[in-house]
Amino acid sequence: MFGLSTKDTTLLLFVAALTLLAPFLLNPFPENSAMAQFNAGYPDLMQRFVIFGTFAIGFNILFGLTGYLSFGHAAFLGVGSYGAIWMMKLLTLNVIPAIIMGVIFAGLFALLVGYISLRRSGIYFSILTLAFAQMSYALAYSVLTPITGGETGLQLKATDTPLLSNLAPGEIGRANLFGVDMRSSYELVIGDWLFTFNAGYYIAAVCMLIGFYISIRIFRSPFGMMLRAVKSNQQRMNYTGLNSKPYTLAAFVISGMYAGLAGGLMVAMDTQVGPERMFWTASGEVVLMAILGGVGTLIGPVLGAGMIKYMENILSKINDAILHQWFAFMPDGIENLLVAIFHPFIGKGWHLTLGMLFMLIVIFLPGGLVEGGQRIGRIFRRRDRKADSVESDAAKQRKPAE
Amino acid sequence: MGILEIKNVGKRFGGLQALSDVNLSVAENTVHAIIGPNGAGKSTLLNCLVGKLIPDTGSVTFQGQSLLGRKPHEINQLGVSRVFQTPEIFADLTVLENVMIPCFAHRDGAFQMNALRGVRSETDIRQKAEQILEDVSMLEKENMQASSLSRGDKRRLEMAMCLVQDPKLLLLDEPTAGMARADTNNTIDLLKEIKDKRDITMAIIEHDMHVVFSLAERITVLAQGTPLVEETPENIKGHPKVREAYLGEAQV
Amino acid sequence: MEAIILQILNGLDKGSAYALIALGLTLIFGTLGVVNFAHGALFMIGAFCAVTLQRILSLSYEVVDDTRTDFLGNPLKVDVPYVNGWFGPEMGQTIIEWSVPLAILFAIPVMMFVGYAMERGLIKHFYKRPHADQILVTFGLAIVLQEVIKAFYGANPIPTPAPPAFTGSFDFGALIGFDPNQIIYPYWRLIYFTFAAFVITAVFAFLQFTTFGMVVRAGMADRETVGLLGIDIDKRFTMMFAIAAVVAGLAGVMYTPINSPNYHMGMDFLVLSFVVVVVGGMGSLPGAVLAGFVLGILESFASMAEVIDIIPGINQIIIYLVAIIILLTRPRGLMGRRGVMED
Ligand SMILES: Nc1ncnc2c1ncn2[C@@H]1O[C@H](COP(=O)(O)OP(=O)(O)O)[C@@H](O)[C@H]1O
Ligand SMILES: [Mg+2]
Repeated sequence: MFGLSTKDTTLLLFVAALTLLAPFLLNPFPENSAMAQFNAGYPDLMQRFVIFGTFAIGFNILFGLTGYLSFGHAAFLGVGSYGAIWMMKLLTLNVIPAIIMGVIFAGLFALLVGYISLRRSGIYFSILTLAFAQMSYALAYSVLTPITGGETGLQLKATDTPLLSNLAPGEIGRANLFGVDMRSSYELVIGDWLFTFNAGYYIAAVCMLIGFYISIRIFRSPFGMMLRAVKSNQQRMNYTGLNSKPYTLAAFVISGMYAGLAGGLMVAMDTQVGPERMFWTASGEVVLMAILGGVGTLIGPVLGAGMIKYMENILSKINDAILHQWFAFMPDGIENLLVAIFHPFIGKGWHLTLGMLFMLIVIFLPGGLVEGGQRIGRIFRRRDRKADSVESDAAKQRKPAE
Repeated sequence: MGILEIKNVGKRFGGLQALSDVNLSVAENTVHAIIGPNGAGKSTLLNCLVGKLIPDTGSVTFQGQSLLGRKPHEINQLGVSRVFQTPEIFADLTVLENVMIPCFAHRDGAFQMNALRGVRSETDIRQKAEQILEDVSMLEKENMQASSLSRGDKRRLEMAMCLVQDPKLLLLDEPTAGMARADTNNTIDLLKEIKDKRDITMAIIEHDMHVVFSLAERITVLAQGTPLVEETPENIKGHPKVREAYLGEAQV
Repeated sequence: MEAIILQILNGLDKGSAYALIALGLTLIFGTLGVVNFAHGALFMIGAFCAVTLQRILSLSYEVVDDTRTDFLGNPLKVDVPYVNGWFGPEMGQTIIEWSVPLAILFAIPVMMFVGYAMERGLIKHFYKRPHADQILVTFGLAIVLQEVIKAFYGANPIPTPAPPAFTGSFDFGALIGFDPNQIIYPYWRLIYFTFAAFVITAVFAFLQFTTFGMVVRAGMADRETVGLLGIDIDKRFTMMFAIAAVVAGLAGVMYTPINSPNYHMGMDFLVLSFVVVVVGGMGSLPGAVLAGFVLGILESFASMAEVIDIIPGINQIIIYLVAIIILLTRPRGLMGRRGVMED
């Protein structure tokens, strides 16, 4: 189906089902129960899952296939965001032109940065991309204030009157898709459970699914094979009559466009942007998402993005009072002890948990979450000697970068 | 006028004159062997032909076109393929993919943006790739990852990758080094068969005299960066200069 | 002219910090082939060694001072540091004030241990792993270390002043024959630079003139061959890791009076230090030092008001701009070798 093999179609449908049913799947605990802390099915967080998923899918096309490790991809995300918000300020509050603008801007900027950075490989390439991104960040923060809004960034304001919208004087515009407000939600109450279906989330989710589909096509195309050849042996590639530069540049621009899509989606959701979106930590985050999930696998980056965003949002909200509530059934001494043990890992300490998770994953699951999934899968179907898991061939592409 | 003309080529690495005043003409549709002791500059000479190195002096022309200043992929597109001394293959890819890549390069040129076409739908390419794998009797290994092949198989795979491009000039740098006797003989047979079937010129560097004498029509002896003699195989054995410089230490 | 000298001087201390961190990074990369994202954390731990020592030295017991009374008329209770009790009030006070320089002695064994434990406990298992794994695991470690420090010392910067003897500034211009009051330079920055120069010289001398250093250098150039000679290169590389940790730690200790340490100072320096290492050329020790100073000084020049007037924002981007230009014109950085980490 869709020009994909059965395996890939299954994967695509699986991911589609997960994302479309996310409001249910992510809210497994009844409202007001002690476990409701772990519910992630609220619009803001779900949007972040799919937006960063998109970002990571695109990053993986570059890093996973060609092995070129960009440390500056957040710059494209930021540029996409700025492009999108200007589209909304000037032209229309409809998100589609904004998102398209984000993709185009990011693509053009990636073309420029990629053209220069790809003259070098290895860590030299990484540092070049880092340098470009940090420069973009610094400039957006300072000199380019007239177009970036400097430190405060850009928001939709009452003074913005987009050409194609008929706002009442003084009304602040809201992002919409042909009239459907991005922030509008439908809430479904079933017993103690509350499920929220948010328009913005579904738009972002559809964008991610399209992105995911395209990424599968790229992985399975001759172009994708060439990219893997670049990673494997660039010298042999050249002596085979292939010019590796246009391939890597195309991959770079494509992944930059994914970042721009993510940036445009962010603006479509919350109609604001600030320069910190381009800071190196943001670039580092997408690298970690890809590695955590499984570099070079199709679904890994999405899992990695989900994992990191989940921890960031859920763990950081848990506090001692909640811990006490959980462990209230224990004798007081043990309760206090448990709270004291868990205290460093929650709330502001969620970074600690994240750091330990990184270490544990790399030490015990070098292939990331996907490898973990495969190991579990293998336990369940031992007899299947061929290990025809959807990801196994992609996972084999990993190699030491030495 | 040969298909490949090397004139006065010299190459220096710091204090080492690796090649000096090399003149060599390879006639079309012949097998030309280049022999010589280790460090004579044989691999360096090939590097100068394929664009890996730029010679300090002299000229290299292939079918009347200068090769100097061209990038490796441009030279390959002109019809020059090379098998390296240490196998250069796509170690992370499967054997079949290794052979499909040169097929694509041969058909589509140096760059083709076919990001949405499926590899699976490229039946022509696949057939061609499987044919050549059968020719080098590696078809049953087509789904293995190339890095898991034995050394001899890696070499054969690399040869298949070059042959599938149907090159006009095939450069082979010690193609049988590290191969078992039987594999060496298979390789000789394969190269002979290719030579009979297609219009192909080969330049082959080889230490194994059995291979050289089975295949070569002309032999150039290189020593310390300069050609000593160029002769037919019959005449080379008795040649006093060669005996002195080379064959004295090799087992004939 | 005065302005130029002043900017060079201003660039020296930051340059020194870059150089010291980059030196350690390069040592680790060159010997172990590991990309160590936790190196900034070592710098930070060094700085917190100074904080810790300051706290230890200030540990006090309560004494009732009968001669004075508090506002309720009760005898006043005062905290007296133990060191005062042992060395007398004056000497004790001096020791506390000198806690930063003293922390050097404290930091050396601590950093040695930290470095050793890190290498044996974690890094060792990652020699043969892809760089991506090394980055992720050391990055995770850096976060963990950073959070642990935050848990113990809080999120705010902790002032750790230099000894009073060095807190002021002096007129460097007058010393070298310029008009007075043109080039005023804080003592501690001069000390920091001198100290950095000393540490760098010591590391180079160690590598150059000891057998140990010779083996390590040979190992950096060609690990396998040295291994073939029957030399246990791994043990020496572990030592080198510990030494690199000490270098980073000392850089951190001495930096505390310049910038009050906080838990994220390591990360702040890490990224720039990587740029420094790469600009210097992966695997080249002199390159790392040179690039550290060059970038530090250029950064200080770019923050001159005159320069900013001409090119707005240049102070923010100068390091990255220079890095881009150098990497494009010199493919392997200032002094890099061919083939190191290019794929
Ligand atoms: N890139 C290079 N840099 C420096 N010296 C080289 C390089 N390539 C080859 N050499 C030297 O040139 C000489 C010829 O080498 P080569 O052509 O590989 O000899 P062979 O005839 O055995 O293939 C050798 O002494 C080798 O060390
Ligand atoms: Mg050779």
